Amino acid sequence: MTPQRKKRLLAIAFILGGMGIATALILTAFEKNLMYFYSPSEVVAGEAPQGRKFRVGGLVVEGSVKRVPDSLSVEFSVTDTVNKVPVIYTGILPDLFREGQGIVAHGERRADGVFEASEVLAKHDENYMPPEVASALAEAKGVKMPPHPR
Amino acid sequence: MIPEIGQFTLALALAVASVQASLPLVGAIRGYDSWMGLAKPAARIQFLLVFSAFLILVHAFVSNDFSVAYVAQNSNTALPTAYRVSAVWGAHEGSLLLWIVILAGWTYAVTLFDSQLPRSFAALVLSVMGIVSVGFLSFLMFTSNPFARLLPAAADGGDLNPLLQDPGLIIHPPMLYVGYVGSSVAFGFAIAALIEGRITAQAARWIRPWAVGSWIFLTIGIALGSWWAYYELGWGGWWFWDPVENASFMPWLLGTALIHSLAVTEKRGTFKNWTVLLALATFALSLLGTFLVRSGVLTSVHAFATDPGRGIFVLVLLAIMIGGSFVLYAWRGPSTFSGGTFEPVSREVFLLLNSTLLAVATATVLLGTLYPLILEALGLGKISVGPPYFNVVFGAVMLPLIGLLGIGQFSRWKSDSIRRLLVRLRYAFIATVATAGCAAVALGGQHAMSAAIGIGFGIWVFVTTIFGIVERCRHREHVWYTLFHLPRAFVGQCIAHIGFGCTVIGVVITSFYTIDEHQSLAPGDRALVSDYEFHFVGLSSFDGPNYRVTEGTFDIRRDGQLVATLKPQKRLYVVRNMPMTEAGISPGFTRDLYVALGEPLEDGAWSVRMHLKPFIRWIWLGAILMALGGFMAMFDPRLRSPVTLRSEQSATSPVSD
Repeated sequence: MTPQRKKRLLAIAFILGGMGIATALILTAFEKNLMYFYSPSEVVAGEAPQGRKFRVGGLVVEGSVKRVPDSLSVEFSVTDTVNKVPVIYTGILPDLFREGQGIVAHGERRADGVFEASEVLAKHDENYMPPEVASALAEAKGVKMPPHPR
Repeated sequence: MIPEIGQFTLALALAVASVQASLPLVGAIRGYDSWMGLAKPAARIQFLLVFSAFLILVHAFVSNDFSVAYVAQNSNTALPTAYRVSAVWGAHEGSLLLWIVILAGWTYAVTLFDSQLPRSFAALVLSVMGIVSVGFLSFLMFTSNPFARLLPAAADGGDLNPLLQDPGLIIHPPMLYVGYVGSSVAFGFAIAALIEGRITAQAARWIRPWAVGSWIFLTIGIALGSWWAYYELGWGGWWFWDPVENASFMPWLLGTALIHSLAVTEKRGTFKNWTVLLALATFALSLLGTFLVRSGVLTSVHAFATDPGRGIFVLVLLAIMIGGSFVLYAWRGPSTFSGGTFEPVSREVFLLLNSTLLAVATATVLLGTLYPLILEALGLGKISVGPPYFNVVFGAVMLPLIGLLGIGQFSRWKSDSIRRLLVRLRYAFIATVATAGCAAVALGGQHAMSAAIGIGFGIWVFVTTIFGIVERCRHREHVWYTLFHLPRAFVGQCIAHIGFGCTVIGVVITSFYTIDEHQSLAPGDRALVSDYEFHFVGLSSFDGPNYRVTEGTFDIRRDGQLVATLKPQKRLYVVRNMPMTEAGISPGFTRDLYVALGEPLEDGAWSVRMHLKPFIRWIWLGAILMALGGFMAMFDPRLRSPVTLRSEQSATSPVSD
């Protein structure tokens, strides 16, 4: 093997090794940060994971929004019209958060079944329904929906 | 009557674009001179036609013509005139028309500055851009006619989404579009090169200012979007890894790789394959961006009105253009280009490594953006990818990139030695470590170590840039004369790199040292955020042009001294009954103070969001410098001079590996 060739082989081995490590790291970080969406019915049925972050979405139940006095905590429930999931959130809610509005919350489910949200998203359009929420509502009604209902 | 003229004008434009797309292409391949000659007049006429159609739509908005459905949906008599004009691109149909106008504008510009190019090559570029135009004009006419009538006419319009009623949003979309669409010139160049089977040094030189030009607009557009999100969305973030942000960021990353790879292709006659591939991919990602924003597959603040039928149309368009160009590349690419030689340690290699890293960064962003969409389309569940993924992976790719950038901009073309680089850069390294260490001591806190490393990478860019300038001057006889007569492209490169360093430092310090307080405050209350005291003085109410305002007044003191008085607002836009938050911000070179009203609580108190954001302006300052550097480089006279015989030989002569 000429020195020239040896050099080239080394370089190739180096590049391949680097790419392998990089790919492994990327996929690990990717897997760790995936967040699944569950509808309130799926959460009630116990399909959602315990001890891992996920997203839940639905309509804010009318009359369910309660503020905890002397704090920024808010309690409310989200529903897909069949089942309800209680949610607690501490912080400032988005402008379009209101009762009857479709929202998506990110967070974890506590042992007592309350969903502790770290983030609440509402769409910036009064007619808009997050697609996940729309299909969760439709599934609860027993209608099979295409992936992008509109 | 006038809207019908607009529609007719668009139909004519489609016909003219079809001529521009087809005849010159055949002419260039077969060598029919008169057919090639059609490209230029067709491109110019097409521009005039689509621009007239655009003006007609603007007229419909300004004159409140609510018999046009698009106007009725997106405007209102109470809307101020400036926003009526920007409402033209506030939703799907109009923004698509703007896209087409900008494409025709770039094409027109190409017809003005193509004298450096061989006739057939210029005809090919124009004809490829014509093909893109045909695709988008048909999309506009068949699925999203902006001039469709509403019968009977509405009495008043549905108003522009209040989120878009903001000065930043008047210019953000056009800037971004100019950047997106500008990559079509490099795309035309790449396709023409593939068809002709070669890239002359002259053509490589010709395309550089165009690629840099579109990159500049993309830079400004993205920075404007980030700045807008910061002050308008009311929670003080500046980047969310939202799919639509990613959609504009990916072409920027690849565009950055492209302008660097092009420099090598033009100066050293090598990397031709890679350059052509980057040009194709950059445009492909621009198209993908359009698809992501407009097809309705995204859950995002940007995906306003959407329609799956349109999504399929764009998808097919995308498949034809991207698929077609990559098939052409696979067929013609590998066999047609050969390049110059270089040693394993040389500026070429550093540029190659960094453009590869940029491509890897793009791929990681693409994975995080598309994977959820693909999974959902296949019915395998609904997932989202959290920002930590992007932060970790993107950061991990950026660190080696910045390290190599510093060495690379100091290295020599063709051949260099590791030894020379180590010797010459050791002081740069020491200076960087020392400065970063001082920064860590000054900033303190539990993140001091990580922050210092991050800042160190930013400083590394500064220091090596300065060393590069010194290196260039110090061997010359007239040091000062050389310093003040550096080539413009080099000065531009230095400014842009320093800008990049600023952005890195801004991102690092803002990420580690932002203080974020949410509290319930009543008028008269005070809150302490770091060493700033926020005093909620009071509330007032008044009416804006089309909204009602509740405005808070906050006095901010530090050591008893009044630093700023901020007036954050809560607006209620009446037509859509939609609340909006306007943050109160006191900008500063080393810190921003930020207040936003949340919502009213019991007893007259409000939930209030207070931020201290150190160095956040550096993020956008860096973007401005990058754009400025690009601008300087773009107007380097060397790029418009004819290629000399020597460099022509070095660029085109095939050399065996």
